[in-house]
Amino acid sequence: MEYVISVLLSGISVGGQYALIAIGYTLVYGILRLINFAHGDVFMVAGLLGIYLTAVLPIPVSLPLVIVFTVLLGFTIERAAYRPLREAPRMSVMISAIGVSYLLQNTATYVTGGQPMTYPTIPFLSDTVNVAGTQTKWVVIITPILVLILVTILSMLINGTKIGMAMRAVSKDFETSRLMGIKINLVISVTFIIGSALAAVGSNLFFTNYPAITPMAGAMPGLKAFVAAVFGGIGSIPGAVLGAFLIGICETIIKGLPSSWDVSVFSDAFTFALLIVILVFKPQGLFGEAAADKV
Amino acid sequence: MTEKKNYRPTILLIAGLLIFVIILENIRSVFPWLPQIFDPMSPLFTVLKKAAVYSLVAVSMNLLNGFTGLFSLGQAGFMLLGAYTYAILTVPSELKDQVYYLFGGCAFQFSIVDFFKGIFGAGGAGGAFSMVLGCIIALILAGTVAGFFAFLIGFPVLRLKSDYLVIATLGFAEILRAFFQWQRLGPITNGANMIKGFPTFSSFNITDGSGRTILQLSTFIPFLVTTICIAIIVLLINSSYGRAFKSIRDDEIASEAMGIRLFSHKMLSFVISSFFAGVGGGLFAMYVANAQAKAFTSTMTYELLLIVVIGGIGSVSGSVIATFLYVACSEWWLRFLDSEQYIGGFKVPLLRNGFRMVVFSVVIMIIVLFFSKGIMGNREINIAALLDRKKTGKDKAKK
Repeated sequence: MEYVISVLLSGISVGGQYALIAIGYTLVYGILRLINFAHGDVFMVAGLLGIYLTAVLPIPVSLPLVIVFTVLLGFTIERAAYRPLREAPRMSVMISAIGVSYLLQNTATYVTGGQPMTYPTIPFLSDTVNVAGTQTKWVVIITPILVLILVTILSMLINGTKIGMAMRAVSKDFETSRLMGIKINLVISVTFIIGSALAAVGSNLFFTNYPAITPMAGAMPGLKAFVAAVFGGIGSIPGAVLGAFLIGICETIIKGLPSSWDVSVFSDAFTFALLIVILVFKPQGLFGEAAADKV
Repeated sequence: MTEKKNYRPTILLIAGLLIFVIILENIRSVFPWLPQIFDPMSPLFTVLKKAAVYSLVAVSMNLLNGFTGLFSLGQAGFMLLGAYTYAILTVPSELKDQVYYLFGGCAFQFSIVDFFKGIFGAGGAGGAFSMVLGCIIALILAGTVAGFFAFLIGFPVLRLKSDYLVIATLGFAEILRAFFQWQRLGPITNGANMIKGFPTFSSFNITDGSGRTILQLSTFIPFLVTTICIAIIVLLINSSYGRAFKSIRDDEIASEAMGIRLFSHKMLSFVISSFFAGVGGGLFAMYVANAQAKAFTSTMTYELLLIVVIGGIGSVSGSVIATFLYVACSEWWLRFLDSEQYIGGFKVPLLRNGFRMVVFSVVIMIIVLFFSKGIMGNREINIAALLDRKKTGKDKAKK
């Protein structure tokens, strides 16, 4: 029983961390129709920034700085790699995203020397706490709560403010909203800023739970978060969050199954199997709108 | 337009190229005073081998992404299937227990090379012949297995639209990788460990009785296989099927209206592309002399995609040129960036391990952003036309 609780708890917390990344994917896809392959690597870079900044600055200063730098990175990537291709075919933008991902991974390898880097222990988050008889870290408890708070703020932003309204308009129809006088580039920049900030928070929580960061550490969580976004219906924030929690829980359950079954190697594969099933049977996802293909 | 194309100069040129490769890798055994670079162990030949293997996979990817407009990122998965098929089929029977020692021997005792050795004899010419025949059949089977899986995967996946197709094929590659690392399949796939001991490129070198190499063929073999495969792909592209593929790429609805069956043509392209990716996977296993699921990650597919983009999406010759440039840069020409360099006592800053890849990816980004057509765009090098132009130029000069 205690084992079940601990598996579920860590599943929920992994799910929450995926959710924070998935929102970045779903927002960008909703507006640009672009699978931002570099997003997972932005998440990884945020982790590395966390390591380097906490080494020189006290934690209350360095954590906000991590978010600031990650936002700057996301903003710069959009400016430099995606904006010049605004009029190009969609696939060129995706190729550019893959190129950025390659660049970030190689730069990370260069900076870290290819060695796995240990994430610093953040005093409160890494402390252990006793829940229903199982020992766990505070970060496990905090993650879902923090995710819910951030998602609520984000929904308020999107549904209640002017820029949120612009974002919704742009995701509905790019050209028309441009004609209505919406500054497309501003909206897209804001999207990337929000996505990167959430990824930075997510990386802080994710890597507190994991021993080390390698340059490839962002690729898999990134892809899984994208699957979560597809699962929930791309463009829908509640969908992405729900999908991320589901994937996180399933993955931890598979990892937690008796080791004599030898199935833990499938924890990643399961996510993709889920993706293919969803794409075949309900391509619009759980909460996505069934968009008619424009001829 | 109906004028028959003149293939002869192209064929002659390619044959000349292949002969040149043989001469190149044997030249140092005739003239030992030649520089180190002509040694069969030098980076030159590593680059040539790797690029030959990669160019086949890049062209197969181009067939799908560039000529049919199906954006798929499953190439590493099909290469993995090919590599494992080749490896499992060709590990000699007597080595199987040693390779699979963690699993108490292999569940699959058949070795195709040994099978032919049983027919043609194990020693001398018979042994050599059965090795070559075994390897060829194993490579064809490697492609067939990959193609068959593509056929199965194609049913659900090819109905998806652009980005969903991308992510679904990427997912399939990851699922395959997990399966091949599964310990339960260990007696067949050797779990997460590598399979080795099978014939590699250097097994094709001709040796005399004392084991001394008489004729180096280890670079020639990948060139030969790749050339044949790419020639088949080019013939396919120039056939009516190829024209159907291109029309699907340009406009699905219009081509359907012209009577092209979309699904079956997409499937055909997907299966053929995967077949050659599988053959390429087998060759890759021969190149690295082992087969291990860990190597076939999505990063490999990204690399191949970037090669295709650099060469020009929709150009076979572009893909081949880009592969050779890419592999040469990453394996050889830019190596100096990875170690400390001094120019007249001045230490060049930034140079240390990993810097090569940073420079490299910046260059790739520049190509992707500012030269999105790549080296060749969607044109091809047409040797016959080049010769013709020269001739007409001369004629004009005479007048």
